[in-house]
Amino acid sequence: MRWSWLVLSLCQFAIAGHAAGAERPLREVTIADPFIELHTGPGRGYPIFFVAERGEQIALVKRRTEWFKVRVARGQEGWVHFEQLTTTLDLDGEPFDLPALGFSDYAARRWEVGTLYGDFGGANVIGLYGSRSFTPNLSGELWLSQALGRFSDSTLATVNIVHLMYPDWRASPYFTLGAGVIKTEPKATLVATTDRSDSIALAGAGVRMYLSRRFVFRAEYKAHVVFTSRNDNEEVSEWKAGFSFFF
Amino acid sequence: MESRVLVLFLASTLAVGSLTGCGRDALVRADEAAQPPVIEPDVERREIDPPRIDTEDFEVGIFAGQLSVEDFGVNTVAGARFAYHVTEGFFVELAAGEADTELTSFERLSGAAQLLTDSEREYSYYNVSLGYNIFPGEGFVGRRRALNMATYVIGGVGKTTFAGDDRFTVNFGVGMRVMPLDWFAVHADLRDHVFDIDLLGQEKTSHNLEAHVGVTFFF
Repeated sequence: MRWSWLVLSLCQFAIAGHAAGAERPLREVTIADPFIELHTGPGRGYPIFFVAERGEQIALVKRRTEWFKVRVARGQEGWVHFEQLTTTLDLDGEPFDLPALGFSDYAARRWEVGTLYGDFGGANVIGLYGSRSFTPNLSGELWLSQALGRFSDSTLATVNIVHLMYPDWRASPYFTLGAGVIKTEPKATLVATTDRSDSIALAGAGVRMYLSRRFVFRAEYKAHVVFTSRNDNEEVSEWKAGFSFFF
Repeated sequence: MESRVLVLFLASTLAVGSLTGCGRDALVRADEAAQPPVIEPDVERREIDPPRIDTEDFEVGIFAGQLSVEDFGVNTVAGARFAYHVTEGFFVELAAGEADTELTSFERLSGAAQLLTDSEREYSYYNVSLGYNIFPGEGFVGRRRALNMATYVIGGVGKTTFAGDDRFTVNFGVGMRVMPLDWFAVHADLRDHVFDIDLLGQEKTSHNLEAHVGVTFFF
């Protein structure tokens, strides 16, 4: 398998990261809530096994989703929900600025990746994209899509420019223009067909909505024009919806 | 006449007064600047750079198991997965796997021409799925040891390359994640991959069941 080395090195990197992280200095905070509950795992289903009181100093070991792994003064380690730490204090007595993700982070996002699923001229399409914001309104997107139909499969690679109408709204419409290439491979069960690559241009509109944390919902319509080597250009409409995450 | 003299006198007095006043002020200031300050502040500014909190929302790992390819036998499958945990409940997973399929019963019994070439017989897939941890909790091994685990449901879309074509594939299933350490997990998964195939003349929906175990690391 071509990608097995990549995966193995990623695994190795993950293990090495944990080995190296053992002696890292930890962020320390003071509990301001009457008490905090330590769970055995990062989730609602894991039981509470320890309680630390107001005024105690705790070290924040790591974070997973909305849960923080903390170490109390007596050495116990457990997972505390983010809500119980929102009022904790830094060592200088100032409120600890919890690195929570919210709408303001959405507005200041730089990078975004997402995946959308839908219909591309009657074929099922799975699209994956990466995006970079230049201004709050304007961003550039790189799309890789695969359309799997009854008679042919297509792979699309396009570069798009996207204009978001109201970047400070939770849900906002947007417009997009793009260009790229499409490679069409007819099904093997059809006879006397050849693969072909054509240029493609597109215009589209959609809506995106901030959900929570890094999560964004997005739905869009795109009208494509395929510049074929035949006499007529081909027009394909595409509908899709999906989710993206920003960084 | 008298009033004009008075105005002139007042104006000149004011002018001279302000000039000499300024001059004295400037002299005093220059004097102060030349003298060193009585107390030299000797405070080194502390750079406050609080340690970053390590976030572990990503999971990467490998798996191996058995994949039953409809008409083409039960085969060993191996693959890799990459997941991002969005909340304590939801996660998004990207997975890819590969298997070499066997001969169909027909090919084996008749001994006639083979349906597929060797490269067409390779089954590979990738998918993007959304999972939800429905039963997070502890599992007990013996009397003294508790392990964190979660049972999840997962489903998504993807592509299967088999018999010379790419096929749009829907997958769904259940899985179990057992976590001996909080950055290391062992998975056991049951997955159904569903796609339409027209290889044997007529289009039909094929169900391909996969059972695999795997390990993952959080980072």
